[in-house]
Amino acid sequence: MKPITIDRLAISFGPVRVLHDVSFDVAAGECFGLVGESGSGKSTILRCASMLTDIWEGRVRIEGQDVRKMPVAERCRTVQMVFQDPYGSLHPRHSIRTALDEGLRINGFDDREARLAQAMRDVGLPVEFLDRYPHQLSGGQRQRVAIARALILEPDVLFLDEPTSALDVSVQAEVLNLLVRLQQEKGFTYLMVSHDLAVVDHMCDRFAIMQHGRIVEVLDRAAITGGGATQPYAKQLIDASLEYESAI
Amino acid sequence: MSMTRDIPAPAPRRRMPQSLIAARNIVAFLTRSPTSLFGLVVLALLILVALFAPLIATHDPYAQDLQATLQPPSGTHFFGTDELGRDIFSRLVHGSRITLTIISLVTVVVGPLGLFFGTVAGYFGGKVDTVLMRITDIFLSFPSLILSLAFVAALGPSLNNAIIAIALTAWPPIARLARAETLTFRQADYISAARLQGASAARIIWKSIVPMCLPSVTIRLTLNMATVILTAAGLGFLGLGAQPPLPEWGAMIATGRRYMIDSWWLVTFPGIAILCVSLAFNLLGDGLRDALDPKQMNKR
Repeated sequence: MKPITIDRLAISFGPVRVLHDVSFDVAAGECFGLVGESGSGKSTILRCASMLTDIWEGRVRIEGQDVRKMPVAERCRTVQMVFQDPYGSLHPRHSIRTALDEGLRINGFDDREARLAQAMRDVGLPVEFLDRYPHQLSGGQRQRVAIARALILEPDVLFLDEPTSALDVSVQAEVLNLLVRLQQEKGFTYLMVSHDLAVVDHMCDRFAIMQHGRIVEVLDRAAITGGGATQPYAKQLIDASLEYESAI
Repeated sequence: MSMTRDIPAPAPRRRMPQSLIAARNIVAFLTRSPTSLFGLVVLALLILVALFAPLIATHDPYAQDLQATLQPPSGTHFFGTDELGRDIFSRLVHGSRITLTIISLVTVVVGPLGLFFGTVAGYFGGKVDTVLMRITDIFLSFPSLILSLAFVAALGPSLNNAIIAIALTAWPPIARLARAETLTFRQADYISAARLQGASAARIIWKSIVPMCLPSVTIRLTLNMATVILTAAGLGFLGLGAQPPLPEWGAMIATGRRYMIDSWWLVTFPGIAILCVSLAFNLLGDGLRDALDPKQMNKR
């Protein structure tokens, strides 16, 4: 279990400033949500903190260690990410075995066959699926494979970039429950992007509401139904979401 | 399509059988269309003839018989004889080896070279891309035959130099294609995932990007082969490729040109051979484009 500290994270793409000095802390073993409208910079925070983008300013520390200064191998074994679209996050010409094995090979893990089997069991897939290709799996199964790929390197921190938004409602619940179970078993720290407050309510202890690259307010889970929001935008977003849910 | 029947596999399959199944499906797909079947058959024929040239040829391709020059096609000389009394059929059969050598050597050089330039430029972008693509542009801005001519003139006329010259002029379109393909998926999540796994740039290019580029590059290479054959024949015709007495098809046409009015068989048969083989490559390339279409591949 490792805590995350994000301090004055800022990034510009050309003349457009996408993130304005974003700061927040995630406690060890916590699930922290990032909520906001499209284009508010939620996913960009994950891409910056995982060093997929490196042109940002500010500091991101995981258990006190600056991610910029971490050696690549150590960073890979600390932070992993689950992407939004399971149809685009698995290489279409790699079998599941290849997809999972790559990380193990690169990072020099031993006993790879046992680890592959364990990862498949962890995410509730039959071990025989190792020799399948992504196009032979359903969306939910693919997302399970993507989760297996993330946790096979035994990270401490998992970044979840809208892990369920591309999935069917019934499959969403399965994947979310899987993520909750994995967190209980392995003590991951989750940083999760979502624009579905119901998902945040189900998963997260605390969450931040973002707008135009700034954090509007950081709230507890209870604030969703308890009306704890103080900022107008946060109130508006929570009210709209509750209204929508009661409508269906 | 009937290809879907392969999806529910009863036994667990490893990597090799999967690619074998894919290859089988591609061939099955090709044989279903008459044009690509023609391409496939002509190519198979070319390879067989080249392999068993000494068995198929009725005469020694270099044996001169000055008593029997410029004989029209007959029972002893299927395609007649040339101005030195050499059997044209035997020369064509042995010439298929030269054609096949040119094609395979050019492919072996051009494919990897184009893939390397294209994927590296596409993956890194920025300055690397600019430098590599400007080099490509320079090569592209010359007509390939003229550039090959210049190379051969500089290196001296011989078959090997012709192959080198053709290879040097044939890679830029492949590089362009590979770069364009790379650009379309370098932002894909599976590339990001590979980076998060700690894969180096070389590893990502080799393991993730090259397999995605291969189908279109294969198609392009196959279609290019027709041009390569024609360029080789052109160089041979101009006396800058294979040197006499090598039975290269272009060179055969060049020497037969002088006797064309009276002895039509001197140029006709090598001409038909060149036509058939380059047509076969074109048709096969067209067929491959349909067979390797991503939508088809998903059904393998």
